[in-house]
Amino acid sequence: MSVLSSLARLRAASTGAAEPLATVRHCHLVDAPLVLVPLKLSGEAAAPLAVMLGAAPDDATLLVVPQPRNRDLRFAFAADLAKLVLNHIETSHGSVEELPPGKEGEERIRYGNAPQLLVPNRGGVAFLRLLGRSTRFRGTEGPYAVDPAVPVLGRWLTWFAERHDHPGSSLLHAMTELLRLHWATGQSSLEDGNLAALLGWIDPPDGLDGPSAAARAEDPVACPPAGPTTDPSFDNEVLAPAIAAYHESHGDPRALERLRAAVHGQVAPTWELMWRAVGVLRALPEGASVPGRWERDRDAFTYYHQTFGEAYPQARRDPPVRAARRLHDLERAQDAYDAQRAFDDPLVMAEHRLSGQAFGGLVTECEPDRLDETGKRPKLRPLLRIGTEDPVRLDPGTVVCNAARPALKGRIVEFDGGGVLLELTGGMGRRLTAEPGTVPGVGERVCFTSLSEGSWGAARFPDREDTPWTHGGPPAEYVPTDEDAEEDWS
Amino acid sequence: MTETAPDLDRLRGDAPPRNHDARTIAALTANPGCARRGLMDAAGVDKDAVARHLGFPAPFGQSQFAITRGNAFEAQVKADGCAELLTLLRERLGLDVAEVAYDDLEVVAGNEGRELRHTRTRRLLARALETGEGTLFDHPLLRLEIAGRLAYLEPDVIAFQVRGRLHVIEIKSFAVVDGQAEPEQVAAAARQSAVYVLALRRLAAELGHDPGRVSHEVFLVCPENFSNRPTATPLDVRPQLAVLERQLARLTRVDAILEALPGDLVFEPGDALAESVRAVEARYAPECMAGCEMALFCRDEARACGATGALGRSIRDDLGGVDTIATALALADGSLHPSDDLAETAAQLRAAARLRDEALLAARGGAA
Repeated sequence: MSVLSSLARLRAASTGAAEPLATVRHCHLVDAPLVLVPLKLSGEAAAPLAVMLGAAPDDATLLVVPQPRNRDLRFAFAADLAKLVLNHIETSHGSVEELPPGKEGEERIRYGNAPQLLVPNRGGVAFLRLLGRSTRFRGTEGPYAVDPAVPVLGRWLTWFAERHDHPGSSLLHAMTELLRLHWATGQSSLEDGNLAALLGWIDPPDGLDGPSAAARAEDPVACPPAGPTTDPSFDNEVLAPAIAAYHESHGDPRALERLRAAVHGQVAPTWELMWRAVGVLRALPEGASVPGRWERDRDAFTYYHQTFGEAYPQARRDPPVRAARRLHDLERAQDAYDAQRAFDDPLVMAEHRLSGQAFGGLVTECEPDRLDETGKRPKLRPLLRIGTEDPVRLDPGTVVCNAARPALKGRIVEFDGGGVLLELTGGMGRRLTAEPGTVPGVGERVCFTSLSEGSWGAARFPDREDTPWTHGGPPAEYVPTDEDAEEDWS
Repeated sequence: MTETAPDLDRLRGDAPPRNHDARTIAALTANPGCARRGLMDAAGVDKDAVARHLGFPAPFGQSQFAITRGNAFEAQVKADGCAELLTLLRERLGLDVAEVAYDDLEVVAGNEGRELRHTRTRRLLARALETGEGTLFDHPLLRLEIAGRLAYLEPDVIAFQVRGRLHVIEIKSFAVVDGQAEPEQVAAAARQSAVYVLALRRLAAELGHDPGRVSHEVFLVCPENFSNRPTATPLDVRPQLAVLERQLARLTRVDAILEALPGDLVFEPGDALAESVRAVEARYAPECMAGCEMALFCRDEARACGATGALGRSIRDDLGGVDTIATALALADGSLHPSDDLAETAAQLRAAARLRDEALLAARGGAA
């Protein structure tokens, strides 16, 4: 957390309304995201109790496990969930774009769209990850056979959870994380974990301000928790008797209906919040680099969808080469994502200006036609002096680029009281006079930064069969076993 | 907390004392600077009842599903003289556990008195350390000096002796999936276990043995993957032990807190309760919500006086010692002239305010 976002929190606390942390939306939002509100049984790792899901506010489906400790009911739930989620995946890839062939002449395609999953909070992501883990190894034949859709669901959920770790990916989002990326509230980050409280600060219900909406959100009776863990008093006073009644009635439909109604009351408020939050986010204009990142998401989706039939379920633990490659990819993605957000959004760039990695101000002197004639051939090297109050922490010689047009590059020559002298080196055309409009003129407001996108090249990693001995040598091939298929789920 | 502390006993009024448990100990290491919590815990005040009376009941309700599962798992691990536990220790951890003796120290001759139980714990552990007799000691009642006072600890753990060393075994019902568990839960378990290791070490030293006979390696027994089968994981709690010892050494002595308070202070239900509680200074941080029954009351108090700490520790740190929101905002807009020690923070705040306003203005299309 920086002083800039701390200041935003202080202001929010004193005004009673959330303060923006971004001026554009840094995530992609598809037209019809699949919203999931999962609940699990308290005290269990991943025993599902219920999930409300759907791709439109008025199209919610509620799935409930009437006796969460019953293995058969649990797998029946997983099969129902699988059908809905897989159907959504299959119907959201849109048209197919043909891409130019790859290096070895192979055909390449990209789906025009991809499914997007939205859950209320990080707990929801963790739950989907564990649900994926507990279902992806299941066998569809033999004594412990499950519906064929169940392991397929497990693999997709695992894939979505892995994409969630990927900075800048929009395939699976936790709503609280998305909102916190764009707004600061006047409460602590602990309280921001409560979706109702967080949204209460950002978009309070009529007649309430941030603090009063957040206070209301903390009352579990008025605002049931957004899951996946349920409210303990609900468990003790409503859920436990309802499950017991269902159990004793041997599956009486009326008992089932009462149980469903009780669970519905717990998830429906969060469902409403989720769609309200989608609306709040949609109102922000999309950042300039968001379509590019969504294209990477669509590439990833296309690849996994196309190769789904050839692959095994994801391993319990990544083998060494895959783990190293994944870590490298995540670090590169983080680096690019941080830089892109700053270029897209002056409010994010302000963080870098405050930390001294960027500076902004008015151009006070400009020598647009200056040539460097010390070498064999003259080079166009305009000089620019920028007046700034920012606490610049860059050394002379550092290469910087223009925040508004990153192609325009320069090198810091010197600092003096309140000004930076910059020698422009690129992005002005190929001739000895700059293309019109490329060199900022006197009086223009500019911002330069040392951030750059893609400062990391892609590293090369050995193939799986060439895993070095230092990393345990080539890992054994995965062969599905009966043990995997019949793993306890109690 | 002990019988030799009438001044502390007085604070409780007529209520019986409460033992330290996992939650108070977690709070102890999480927020050692809080005088309010320190004093109330030392006096054995029922903070849950106090908070409820003040209209801020602690949000620590437990679901019966979680309780049932926890109890069932523990019962299963301990069934038949800890048969499953021993299998685990032998097979999973490859420990050579030959003879087995199991002693439950929860009830002594039908009596649950703390002194009696502690005496029995001492006696059995003394014998174990001298002769190597005994293997599993369930529910030991330990003592630890906290802020200058002896406190009883009620650990739900087993002390396990193998190869002349004592280990703490803690049974938890959170799952370990593919060798990984939720980091917060593991961290909490490690912090708690460290307290028990420390108490056992002090006991060993009192009995004239090398404290090193109590191992820093504790065994965490949890359900494996999605099943009810237990799995054991060794956990090195040396870092937590170091933190704990440092915190305990730094704790403000309860005597010193007590001296500064009115002589008739009492945390008894009644109209004066809120005033009594407010008389003792608190240091609220959002982390308190996880471990202290008084957290909601203290949060309300911190918010009412606009304390920056209510927004989170990192914010208070960013603001380099500015305690209130109003002061920080006045420094940011330049309406308050900073004292020398706040000059740097004030400069940062002013720069942040200028950059934020400039960016927001630019985004609104009103580029200056």
